[in-house]
Amino acid sequence: MTTITATSAPARARTRAGVSRRQWVGLLYVLPAVAFVVVFFVIPLGMTAWMSLNNWPLMGEHAFIGLDNYFAILRDTRFWNALKFTAYYTVIVTIAIFAVAFPLAIFIERPRPLTNLYRTAFFMPAVVGFASASLLWSWLLNVDSGLFSPTAFDLGLTGKKVNLLATFQPAFWSIIAMVVWKVAGFTMIILMTGLQSIPQDLQEAAVIDGAGPFARFRAITLPLMRRTLALALILSVAGSILAFDQFYIILRGGPRNQTLTAVYWIFNQSFVSFKLGYGAALSMVLLVILVALSLIQLWLLRKPEGLD
Amino acid sequence: MAGAMSQNRKAAFSLARHSTGIIASVLFLAPIVWTVLSTFKPAQEARQPPLPPWPTTGFSVENYQTLNSFGDGLWASAQNSIYVSAMTVILSVLVSVLAGYGFSRFRFPFRDFFFVLILSTIMIPFQSILTPIFLVLTRLGLHNTLTGLVCVYVTLQLPFSIFMMRNAFDAVPREIEEAARMDGANNVTMLVKVMLPLVWPGVVTIALFAFLGAWNEFLAALVLMTDQSKFTLPVMMTALQSGRFGAIDWGAVQAGVTVMMVPCLILFLALQRFYIRGLMAGAVK
Repeated sequence: MTTITATSAPARARTRAGVSRRQWVGLLYVLPAVAFVVVFFVIPLGMTAWMSLNNWPLMGEHAFIGLDNYFAILRDTRFWNALKFTAYYTVIVTIAIFAVAFPLAIFIERPRPLTNLYRTAFFMPAVVGFASASLLWSWLLNVDSGLFSPTAFDLGLTGKKVNLLATFQPAFWSIIAMVVWKVAGFTMIILMTGLQSIPQDLQEAAVIDGAGPFARFRAITLPLMRRTLALALILSVAGSILAFDQFYIILRGGPRNQTLTAVYWIFNQSFVSFKLGYGAALSMVLLVILVALSLIQLWLLRKPEGLD
Repeated sequence: MAGAMSQNRKAAFSLARHSTGIIASVLFLAPIVWTVLSTFKPAQEARQPPLPPWPTTGFSVENYQTLNSFGDGLWASAQNSIYVSAMTVILSVLVSVLAGYGFSRFRFPFRDFFFVLILSTIMIPFQSILTPIFLVLTRLGLHNTLTGLVCVYVTLQLPFSIFMMRNAFDAVPREIEEAARMDGANNVTMLVKVMLPLVWPGVVTIALFAFLGAWNEFLAALVLMTDQSKFTLPVMMTALQSGRFGAIDWGAVQAGVTVMMVPCLILFLALQRFYIRGLMAGAVK
């Protein structure tokens, strides 16, 4: 826009064709990026849709079967169980993350002595990968060589070494603890940016009006943090729905396949059973859920009318 | 009197604050420190529960040595991880700097369409398109190659890094370019000599995110790398932890986890400023 009108004298002297040719060069700059996205994203996305309408084994010919894969999904109770478990996990882990991250965000919001040090410490697990964190915790949770069961046994809290990963409840809550440990610092930073954007004088005015800390939190902090909260919430929900690493590495979907998540089930169908067409149909279901979530996000993050 | 009171209250508040801070810090750091300390136990001791976490029967790097004896060895996987991460950083920085500059400074047909296309890929989980990616890589002859994995990782980085770079270029005043153009700089010199130093913080940020993304990624590497000689560290260590190479050697697992964690922690501590910047940019958009 302004490039054309505001260029220097020699450029202005050029013909209209020259100017637009100079603008066309921009296409060359973005071409590599577009090529990557088309080859490794747009085409695979189209293929997923097409494959979901086919019986597509790893070897041999694939055959068009219409919506049969989708009908099969309706009868696939194991997939619905995986989806149910994923939803359950998502709700619990999101609540747990917020319950830890919000107090931490308030704790580090204002610059006081050592705040930066604390913030860095809380954040450290967030830069470790999910796979590393899962491997680390699979050791801590191990019944013989780990930390938790042998310690509880040594302290006399349990009569024998308890295998935390053998039954659903302890296994599930162990995963929750590990994910909260790894993710809380990340959510904390996002919430902190929201807290810091609240004007200080607003809080002070409320103090003068005699509002207690809880009243201030409810009447000022929460409403003004709406967009940040929505963002942190969506990031946590989307990340949890796609959970795979921790359940694969620590639990292998066990005990008794009770912790198979949606992505885990798709992985099993596509890359263990090699039902590629069926896996693609399952992927489409997952994809629709996440796109719907993104649209909700866009709606929640819209700029409030009259503000900003 | 009131002064002494508030003095006391201040001290009490400060004490409460720092005890909370220290306890919370210990909780967050303990698993990391525990693992790193335990790796220096001799193999025999590393099999026992880690109490205390530090080696009691002598300092040893045995765990790191055994790690190298599984399959193609730790060093082979580490090399794969280093190669994949470095190439992902280089390629995604190159592609995003060019694209960010193009989107920021030129008006060409379909500009907004391409920009929205690239950004909208963030809405779609790559987990749902892994199978076709596998087939595309096979068609391109990149099946089971580290280069293929790099291409996937670069594509996953692009929405964030192009968004970052376009904002960085948008923030550079146009007068600077005009002055350079008067001095006869062409597009390429302009980008490299004039613009790049000005958007350098953005470049460091996207490089850091590209490294962490590639270094830590698990699912795509697990699915796309079928040959053990191509395993990256997370895939290799998971194979080891699942008992694929015989009885699980927890000392070796701890050593592997340490090798995977330490580069991330060091880079984060060194470049914290840039990391938080990226997070904010992503959060505030």
